[in-house]
Amino acid sequence: MTKTLNLTLRVWRQKGPDSAGKLETYDAKNISTDMSFLEMIDVINEQLTLEGKEPIAFDHDCREGICGMCGAVVNGRPHGPEKGTTLCQLHMRHFSDGDTIFIEPWRSRAFKIIKDLAVDRSALDIIIQAGGYVSVNTGGAPDANAIPISQETAEKAMDAAACIGCGACVAACPNASAMLFTSAKISQLALLPQGKPEAAKRAIEMVRTMDKLGFGNCTNERECEAECPKEISIVNIARMNREFFKASFFSDVK
Amino acid sequence: MQLDAKIPAGPLAQKWDKHRFELKLVNPANKRKYDIIVVGTGLAGGSASASLAELGYNVKTFCIQDSPRRAHSIAAQGGINASKNYQNDGDSDWRLFYDTIKGGDFRAREANVYRLAQLSGNIIDQCVAQGVPFAREYGGQLANRSFGGAQVSRTFYARGQTGQQLLLGAYSALSRQIAAGKVQMYTRREMLDIVVIEGHAKGVVVRNLVSGEVEKYAADAVVLATGGYGNVFYLSTNAMGSNVTATYRAYKKGAFFANPCFTQIHPTCIPVHGTYQSKLTLMSESLRNDGRVWVPKKPGDKRKPSEIPEAERDYYLENKYPSFGNLVPRDVASRNAKEQCDKGKGVGETRLAVYLDFADAIKRDGKETIAKKYGNLFQMYEKITADNPYETPMMIYPAVHYTMGGLWVDYNLMSTIDGLFVLGEANFSDHGANRLGASALMQGLADGYFVIPYTIGGYLATTAKKQIKTDHLAFRESEKNINDFTNKLLSIKGKRTVDDFHRQLGNVLWEYCGMSRNDAGLEKARKLIQELRGEFWKNVLVPGSGREFNQSLEKAGRVADFLEFGELLVIDALSRKESCGGHFNEAHQTEENEAMRDDENFCHVSAWEYKGYGNDPVLNKEPLTFENVKLTQRSYK
Repeated sequence: MTKTLNLTLRVWRQKGPDSAGKLETYDAKNISTDMSFLEMIDVINEQLTLEGKEPIAFDHDCREGICGMCGAVVNGRPHGPEKGTTLCQLHMRHFSDGDTIFIEPWRSRAFKIIKDLAVDRSALDIIIQAGGYVSVNTGGAPDANAIPISQETAEKAMDAAACIGCGACVAACPNASAMLFTSAKISQLALLPQGKPEAAKRAIEMVRTMDKLGFGNCTNERECEAECPKEISIVNIARMNREFFKASFFSDVK
Repeated sequence: MQLDAKIPAGPLAQKWDKHRFELKLVNPANKRKYDIIVVGTGLAGGSASASLAELGYNVKTFCIQDSPRRAHSIAAQGGINASKNYQNDGDSDWRLFYDTIKGGDFRAREANVYRLAQLSGNIIDQCVAQGVPFAREYGGQLANRSFGGAQVSRTFYARGQTGQQLLLGAYSALSRQIAAGKVQMYTRREMLDIVVIEGHAKGVVVRNLVSGEVEKYAADAVVLATGGYGNVFYLSTNAMGSNVTATYRAYKKGAFFANPCFTQIHPTCIPVHGTYQSKLTLMSESLRNDGRVWVPKKPGDKRKPSEIPEAERDYYLENKYPSFGNLVPRDVASRNAKEQCDKGKGVGETRLAVYLDFADAIKRDGKETIAKKYGNLFQMYEKITADNPYETPMMIYPAVHYTMGGLWVDYNLMSTIDGLFVLGEANFSDHGANRLGASALMQGLADGYFVIPYTIGGYLATTAKKQIKTDHLAFRESEKNINDFTNKLLSIKGKRTVDDFHRQLGNVLWEYCGMSRNDAGLEKARKLIQELRGEFWKNVLVPGSGREFNQSLEKAGRVADFLEFGELLVIDALSRKESCGGHFNEAHQTEENEAMRDDENFCHVSAWEYKGYGNDPVLNKEPLTFENVKLTQRSYK
């Protein structure tokens, strides 16, 4: 049943990448439990605008949990308290009347804050550019059914490919590691026959790039897996490590 | 103006081959001397950027999101059509062509649609080669499912995330070209103007959304792949950032806008639940493969669905359309849902919903099989509504989803501005008055991977090369106009927010220009939009400044364009005195309340020409000729 809540919000406000930020307090009144978290911020932003104040900057787009654009740390947890849920799909029915909610941006050395809750995640694109693809030009591909791929393999590849690139794994990790993100792409392509010819080069280049960009290492905290809105498994990190060692010891890739 | 669609002569099946041979080529060594701008990184823009760069062109690609991986193509759920005939069920290029033409209610170009069908198979091959994890059968072959408007199984899918996987495929190809230095990627940039010099598109002016700076970029040709305008209705299944600005500003520079009133209302969305609502969520049409649509037979029946016995349920689609049943095309399914609710048979708190019931499918195939097919969709539904569709029927209602209208393009996908090409949902080309499910992904990728790489070469090879710099007068003028526009928005300091205006515009369009339309309502809508636009420019409140990351300012510019474009949409709807596909004018219907076309007077594309602010646009008609199919009243009975 629909109810309404009165909440206190503590929101991180920061003018730009080099300015100091701080938590500001806002009252959120008469919030419907059917609202999504972002719709709740919309309501606050309408209020702030009408009061002559600056609305809270935050990234968002599809609002159906697939584009990976939204995200904030809510009460210490990336994308909030619900398992396997992006912030745009988190509904206010999971909060109680009178709650105080802390809302902060992703924090990592590799993600600079642009303004308030919006951060620069272009480092993730750079990791993909280092090798997260199969080198095939348009045209000249063989018939799609020429290479049979077992259902099990296709499903495993799809499990890894489901990553939306939101960066929650980095925000969740005490080391700000991007290993879950990187390993998901490496796994998807290592599992499929199409990705095999470049597997060694891909593993080495992507891991190297990830390190260079200032992301930390994996120390098996498993926070990334717990917070991933697409529930990508850390089995992928193990697979990435195998691929990386295999490539380092047994391939000609330097 | 006489519109020349440049459709090649000769038999339908040979047109594209013949045309490719006749197109002039750019020598491989010369390609690197050409700069091409691509705006948008969805399926069409992403695949075009990658493919053009692979050929050797220098590509500059722009997107409004923080990464090219996020364009709204990513949200497409159900699948992508291809006439592979892997199922041995009688599919062929010809059948896919015919289904698409018929599904579009005979308002698309034969030649374009046939080419689309011919290219559909190549797309699947290309995507598999990139490592797109399509669903497979036990033997390792690709799996297919059925979609609305077709009686063969030709839809390829990757769970309920097909758009995501195809987009990530195009994004990976694009990333490879960025790494190779052949694509310069500009993220968080919004295109605010096309620069036209001596009749040719020569560049774009964009706003850097982080710094607020206005930036100018020159090129030898411009490709727009900026998606549809569904958000003119405020509530739609489009992403929040989807907008008409790029195509509308191209329209103001001389590109004709075709069939803006052809908008698609998708039958299976989660119903509206409150005024604060910011968007609607689609539930893939693939659900209609196994879900049965029904309402109570008795109007005003408030019992729970489980308490309504079989005999008191009206499976209205199955009863009315026995041969297609729940898989009728989208426009037909949507109109029937509205009809049931208008009769008072709607369900749920608002009475604006119908049931989509999986109980029989679960009984037949088991919960596990259904979960495998639709698990993520069921999960998404439960997150939003807090109802479990394994136990109680889903509630669905139609919502604005896709726009068939778009910038007019010829067979080469070039607009009425030379050198300005338009791909994917942003153009009007292939879906007529109604798009079939799983055809948007097909068109976006066909345009980007397999059409533009050839046709842009034909343009470049036959156009005198002229080096234009961004200090050219046309660029400076454009920059000045943009700065003036921004300053004007910021200086009004009125009392109503941008969203407030947008919501009101959306209500007007949904009420009078939605699933069914009539002349009186459309006239009223036109007047209301004019008044609202007048108020916007006196009373809008845009906080902050132009020289910073300012999301309110971004929205304000988009809504300003929607307020002009909305009127164009209504003008087009008023001028088309027939019903076809997504455009249903109540004065034109058969005795059985189906859309009634007027082929005598309206078998044409309506291409609108901008004539300055405050002046009525001028209608140009491109007649549609059908040499290969017979125009019939669509029947799905």
